[in-house]
Amino acid sequence: MGTYVPNSVVEQKEMLEALGLQAMEDLFDVIPDEVRVKGELRIPSGKSELEVRRQMEEMAERNTVFRTVFRGAGAYRHYIPALVKAVASKETFVTAYTPYQPEISQGVLQSIFEYQTMICELTGMDASNASVYDGAVACAEAVAMCIDKKRETVYLSAAVHPDYLDVVKTYCYAANRELVIVPEKDGRTDVDFLRSHLNSQSACFLLQQPNFFGLLEDTDELSNAVKAAGAKFILCVNPVYAAIGKTPRECGADIAVGEGQPLGLNLGFGGPYLGFMASIQEMARKLPGRIVGQTLDADGNRCFVLTLQAREQHIRREKASSSICSNQALCAMTAASYMSTMGPSGFQEVAKQCLSKAHYAAKQITSVPGFSLRFSGEFFHEFVTACPSSAETILKKLEEKGILGGYLLDGKYKGCILWCCTELNTKSEIDLLTALLKGEA
Amino acid sequence: MTTPTNYSYTKTHEWIQFLDEETATSGITDFAQKALSDIVFINMPSEGDEVTCGESFADIESVKAVADINSPVSGTILETNETVEEDPSVINEDPYGSWIVKIGHIRAKDDLMNAEEYDRFCEEEEQ
Amino acid sequence: MKLVFERSIQGTGSTLLPPNDVEAYDLQEPYQRKLALHFPELTEGELSRHYSELESNAFGVNRGFYPLGSCTMKYSPKLNEECAALPGFADIHPLQPAHTVQGCMEAMALAEKLLCEITGMDNLTFQPAAGAHGEFTGLQLIKKYHDSRGDSKRVELIVPDTAHGTNPASASMGAFKTVAIPSKADGLVDLDALKAVVGENTAGLMLTNPSTLGLFEKDIVEIAKTVHEAGGLLYYDGANLNPVMGVVRPGDTGFDIVHLNLHKTFSTPHGGGGPGAGPVGCKAYLSEFLPLPRIVEEQGSLRFCSDSENSIGRVKAFYGHFLVIIKALAYILTLGKEGIPYAAQNAVLNANYMMKSLEDLYTVAYPGRCMHEFVLSAESLKKRTGVSAMDVAKALMDHGMHPPTVYFPLNVHEALMVEPTETESKPTIDAAVKVYREIYDLAFTNPALLHEAPVKAAIRRPDEVRAARTLVLRHSFSS
Repeated sequence: MGTYVPNSVVEQKEMLEALGLQAMEDLFDVIPDEVRVKGELRIPSGKSELEVRRQMEEMAERNTVFRTVFRGAGAYRHYIPALVKAVASKETFVTAYTPYQPEISQGVLQSIFEYQTMICELTGMDASNASVYDGAVACAEAVAMCIDKKRETVYLSAAVHPDYLDVVKTYCYAANRELVIVPEKDGRTDVDFLRSHLNSQSACFLLQQPNFFGLLEDTDELSNAVKAAGAKFILCVNPVYAAIGKTPRECGADIAVGEGQPLGLNLGFGGPYLGFMASIQEMARKLPGRIVGQTLDADGNRCFVLTLQAREQHIRREKASSSICSNQALCAMTAASYMSTMGPSGFQEVAKQCLSKAHYAAKQITSVPGFSLRFSGEFFHEFVTACPSSAETILKKLEEKGILGGYLLDGKYKGCILWCCTELNTKSEIDLLTALLKGEA
Repeated sequence: MTTPTNYSYTKTHEWIQFLDEETATSGITDFAQKALSDIVFINMPSEGDEVTCGESFADIESVKAVADINSPVSGTILETNETVEEDPSVINEDPYGSWIVKIGHIRAKDDLMNAEEYDRFCEEEEQ
Repeated sequence: MKLVFERSIQGTGSTLLPPNDVEAYDLQEPYQRKLALHFPELTEGELSRHYSELESNAFGVNRGFYPLGSCTMKYSPKLNEECAALPGFADIHPLQPAHTVQGCMEAMALAEKLLCEITGMDNLTFQPAAGAHGEFTGLQLIKKYHDSRGDSKRVELIVPDTAHGTNPASASMGAFKTVAIPSKADGLVDLDALKAVVGENTAGLMLTNPSTLGLFEKDIVEIAKTVHEAGGLLYYDGANLNPVMGVVRPGDTGFDIVHLNLHKTFSTPHGGGGPGAGPVGCKAYLSEFLPLPRIVEEQGSLRFCSDSENSIGRVKAFYGHFLVIIKALAYILTLGKEGIPYAAQNAVLNANYMMKSLEDLYTVAYPGRCMHEFVLSAESLKKRTGVSAMDVAKALMDHGMHPPTVYFPLNVHEALMVEPTETESKPTIDAAVKVYREIYDLAFTNPALLHEAPVKAAIRRPDEVRAARTLVLRHSFSS
């Protein structure tokens, strides 16, 4: 068995004696015998480090790591600079708890303050929290921020990521809250539907930009419709897009949320990722979870603390608007170190390359007979094509060449493929993809 | 701090001053502000909200605590005190001079105490 | 410390990407960002120093004793981190075809099996991202269960007054009404109070066992019977599973649903506040309500299945904090059936030993046998010397150790909640005890020193009132 218990048997015996006990078993004499585990748990015996390492490696090797990836759909492969990995593995950051004691947690607190600042810069907003679990939960939490006694109906675009849509549904069902799905037309949110359904009971409308199909929505029209009804506008935005695209603030959003995974986090089979949330000043107090604020210490020096804690579950208990306690602090620090490493021009370059490469790929792919763009209009780094033959077969063929092709859509657009390009996709990869689709390679 | 004799008091440490039969201003007492210590925020009701005797209509936060403010009467919120909302620390400095809400159309009252009764009630609470 | 923005020198940075190799495309004008973007500009070397400085002004388990009550700050093995960094886990897209992610699914299926055995549950979902998220998920199972039986009046959740704040908050997110029940003088659930509140409106009881007072609810069988007979379900908050893992299984004491905190009990690190993971296990009769998708085995291979009409739906995108699950799995495989109860025993031993070494000075709130943690009250110390629990906590920092949890649980005045965990040695605990005792003595001889503490930390005590009144939540750039 492996163990991380430092006390020797001799020390354990000394400690038991100090307690007036004979054996370890005696420590549990308050637990009724009838419910105790009899004998041993039915799990394997403990192992050495090398054995565990081998077993884990064997499992990892049964997965395919694709050399070339044209798949996004909510999880994006980007370049992660070496420094970002070094920061994310710093032992003290990794093994600290929530910074409850500011005097010895300034490093963690300051890193969150810097993260909050960068999220505000990215989204154009005034205040950010210290993160929530992921983009989907950020959407659900943002919705909860908008509910009041007079406005309880939630509107959600059908063109948001299907997982996000499902999570918001779950949270609304839980809270007995009415949810209206605003349908999409040709890949974009139906603004006429939204306009005609909003009323004085409407709490908020949530939109994703770019939406699940990679398309850019007409935020001006949608925002105007929401504002005219007096409801709140929540924009879920890809952070890489926000580097060069109109910010949530410029789009008229009251709350900006999104998935921070593209900011230096591994694909990691879906997690842990990073839900970011930012708002205009008027809604800052409604942000859920931890928030770091700047203040002065007893000597008058600048320092940082967890602030606005009276909003949170440990004080407000059943009256808190969210129960979030643990968040994604280390992921937030990773994202902040990514944004710092990239710098403003480097980060905007990532966005420009994503945009350019996706447009190049779209042009190349649609030059293959039978492939055509399913939707018209502006897109960022993802686009949907119709396919000449079975999309499954096409993707299978790419897979044999070590390429993870686009994501196969289901439902209304069954048989279409959602492709994604990032700065990691080279021209030669895109050209090879095109040749394979043509049947030439 | 002396408890004003022209106000009435609740067991949940709110005061109310009647301006006429149907209108009054209300705030929290010196005892309440001391228990909370440094007040940092008040979650105000909206004008026009209906309030009910003994039920919470707002809450008040210090750094490490939150407390409900209950209404001493049933009626309608006519006005909230913007000065207090902007800088709630004035309640710590002058609890009886810092009304939080003005309530109108008062229909019903809680069992209210006068200053003397309230002072005695606070002494008992402290023990 | 300078902010990263204050270290920024315009025009500097790293060369990270090759030039764009395809024709440039520009966003159409209406979609373009007009706002300036103030990210810092630093060379890699400068940035590396910045983060090293931040690190040196933080405190982790790697630095010293960290007995933060209810947080189980045990050592996080390095092997866990290495396993999670294997490219075969770290670089896998969540939407890859099933046959290319068999290893990921196998790891999840294995972790599910092991955790079910440890908790006495039948099935488990990894979607919840943290303990509180697990609570929300588990309570939705309760809601769906009652709804599926047309029993919609069950809206009350009973929660002891010693519970973590997340319990009532999660209940409210699920539109439940929290019914708080007081604890008895001995700190345990008051069975009579429980019997008085259960009834046809009872959805269930949320219980942390051992409780936040570090006490094992010895009447758990009777408690479970009372709730079940009233038609309610029993929810186990797994925040404090560490001292009883391998010793007693929640499922065997009558619990229907369990959430675990992998970042506490199963050694995955806390990361300065997260990410954790809060998987939820349940008895077979509730499995149909678990979030989707679920992993199923079919003809020798694994796949995700999304068919269940009664599922509560999704609570998170994709499948949960997969890389955190990998770390927990590596830990469970290392400890195995012998190491798991051994860790629990040593956690309880350390806590009792430390409590015993302090009980002649500090007031132990609930004397007797504790489990993973014990609660001291500094109330009488404060009355006699003016030195509060906060002062004691701050003074501990000057001795290179992290303070315990203070001012929780709420029913103990001036509470200091101490959880040493099993990965601390006797010499470490003895040294800590010595410091706790010195501080106690100092409270009588020189209390002023304690009010001033800490003096060796990066900062003096911060003005938290100012932080809340004058909100500065981001750095401002003068343009």
